[in-house]
Amino acid sequence: MDYMTIDGIKVPIDDEKNILSLIRQAGIDIPTFCYHSDLSIYGACRMCMVEDDRGRMFASCSEQPKPGMVIHTNTKKLQQYRKLIIELLLSTHCRDCTTCTKNGMCELQSLAYRVGVHSVRFENKKEPLPIDMSSECIVRDPNKCILCGDCVRTCSENQGIGAIDFAYRGSKMQITPAFGKDIAHTDCVGCGQCAVVCPTAAISIRTNVTEVWDAIENPNIRVVAQIAPAVRIAVGDKFNLPKGENTMGKLVKALRIMGFDEVYDTNFGADLTIIEESKEFAERLKSGEKLPLFTSCCPGWVKFCENKYPEFKDNISTCRSPMGMFSPVIKEYFAEKDKEEGKTTYIVAIMPCTAKKAEILRPDNFTDGRQDTDIVITTQEIIRMIKQVGIKFETLNSEACDMPFSMASGGASIFGITGGVTEAVLRQLAPDKDHATLEDIKYSGIRGKEGFKEALVKFGERELRIAVVHGLKNAADLLDDIKAGNAHYDFVEVMACRRGCILGGGQPVPMGPSTRTARMKGIYQVDRLSSIRYTDENPLIERIWEDVIAGREHKLLHRAGR
Amino acid sequence: MLDKAFYEKADEILSAHKKGKESLIPILQDIQAVYRYIPRELLSYVAGKIGITEAKAYSVATFYENFSFDQKGKYVIKVCDGTACHVRRSNLILERIHNELDLPDGKNTTDDMLFTVETVSCLGACGLAPVMTVNDEVHPAMTPDKVTETIKKIKEAENE
Repeated sequence: MDYMTIDGIKVPIDDEKNILSLIRQAGIDIPTFCYHSDLSIYGACRMCMVEDDRGRMFASCSEQPKPGMVIHTNTKKLQQYRKLIIELLLSTHCRDCTTCTKNGMCELQSLAYRVGVHSVRFENKKEPLPIDMSSECIVRDPNKCILCGDCVRTCSENQGIGAIDFAYRGSKMQITPAFGKDIAHTDCVGCGQCAVVCPTAAISIRTNVTEVWDAIENPNIRVVAQIAPAVRIAVGDKFNLPKGENTMGKLVKALRIMGFDEVYDTNFGADLTIIEESKEFAERLKSGEKLPLFTSCCPGWVKFCENKYPEFKDNISTCRSPMGMFSPVIKEYFAEKDKEEGKTTYIVAIMPCTAKKAEILRPDNFTDGRQDTDIVITTQEIIRMIKQVGIKFETLNSEACDMPFSMASGGASIFGITGGVTEAVLRQLAPDKDHATLEDIKYSGIRGKEGFKEALVKFGERELRIAVVHGLKNAADLLDDIKAGNAHYDFVEVMACRRGCILGGGQPVPMGPSTRTARMKGIYQVDRLSSIRYTDENPLIERIWEDVIAGREHKLLHRAGR
Repeated sequence: MLDKAFYEKADEILSAHKKGKESLIPILQDIQAVYRYIPRELLSYVAGKIGITEAKAYSVATFYENFSFDQKGKYVIKVCDGTACHVRRSNLILERIHNELDLPDGKNTTDDMLFTVETVSCLGACGLAPVMTVNDEVHPAMTPDKVTETIKKIKEAENE
């Protein structure tokens, strides 16, 4: 085994591509802005500089480890060097930290504190650039950009979109869509992954917290919350609870304290989706038309397909997303009661997703011209609201959701992770709803973090060819293969965000390797601990179907005009 | 939307190059050679044809001073403001040009589309400082009065 020495610690070299990963393995949190293990190495921020035993300085992210190498990560020279970089970054940076949306979560802010920048010698002479509020999902404030390029690489490398890039050079350099257009007029799908990697508030989530407080304040409004599957295993992140822990009970309690009238579980909506999508899949298999069937839960993916692969538009399931099915059902359920009490039902969807903010405004998701979900707030926003109220979330006693939308299958709970929708549909289609089937499906190849997964599953006489992809770049590669006739599938699940909604654009950051694993485990645990694993076994579904849905499946649960 | 002829010209230029991202700069140079600027629509069109994003093409095109999205005048005057020219008072040359052409600050092209004025960082002829070029013609050791004379000559030639 080869070794190198980092700050006097002997570290074995495995097959690490760069010294930076070895430094972090050695337990030293070397600062970076532009380094993300799943993106290409850019080497722009220079924060990860190290010094070797001959006094040579280099960026550890872009240097290969060599046996016998001796490096130091924290010499006086390096300390001054990092301090100067931060000071120079701040020289052209907006310094209104107290009113910034990223206050307390900003990496620039925390590194400035960490390396000990107490004053900035330079006056900010940069002309302010306009803030881009054109998107429903994200806000771009170029004045807060430090040009690390994380957003550019995420958008093109992981998502295959490339809506933004660097433009101009030198002191005039900025990150912008082509010709300085509004982000809304590009191929941006609103996935929010750029906001996830942005170290500052240059790209942030468009927040709708005010609208929710206004609704809660209004006595004539029945404020109903629905909570998506991936939210419950991430909220705890910001309240010192273990990563990946299911905090649904606490979240329900917190929402009640905040003044929500009804708190429901979007997993119920996912159960509706499982029924409708399985039905649709079985029909298409029978007719042999419009195959493969593409899933439709992910609004980022739906928009991506419409933008870049319109020829596959009809292959997308006509089903609305779980949120999109659930909201009209809730509104129908309360229709008469609303009339009697002179109230309006207002649905707040709490989602891990920024693209959902745009999904609810799509007319094909309306019922009789009515917008069903009134507002979407992300996990990050609900965390902010809880903190605003001052609720000690971690100490809350757990409570259950309100009837009759409180119960859902385990299959519904895994909608928040890549492969989950497929797994739930396969459970629904399976003739034997027993434990052995669950295990068979689990190990069919649809679980795991690989960007592209394949499975062959027996269905009656035939074998179903299934593909599961996450990250839109992987989706684009697959679509190209299908288009070229090199790949043939019956069912394709796509999620825009890597690993699915658990790492969605609205989830609390940072989402490092340990958080990813913890969230994955957390969401599968929700499924394992469900007394109901199959949608068919959910007694509430049957009741709601009879009372609300029967005969109106197409109107309430499917996208209009499809 | 541009006239069809622009796209036909772009197709002609595209067909002379390899279809890959490495062809972007040569293609843009060829387009600029024809129109003296790059029509915005053509940048997007070319990007689509060679398989890169519009934002990436814009990134490259804005990186180089040489590419312009604004229509240029018939005569492009480049005033060198490199170190040698700068210390030999190229600012006075530029000032005189702006006065002669009646161009306010921030405007580079005359309304009659006859002249465009630009500054460049170095023309590589420091021995001849201060230097300016009119299209491809080099004017060495410039003085403000020589500017007036040069512009007068061009205008006269245009009026004939």
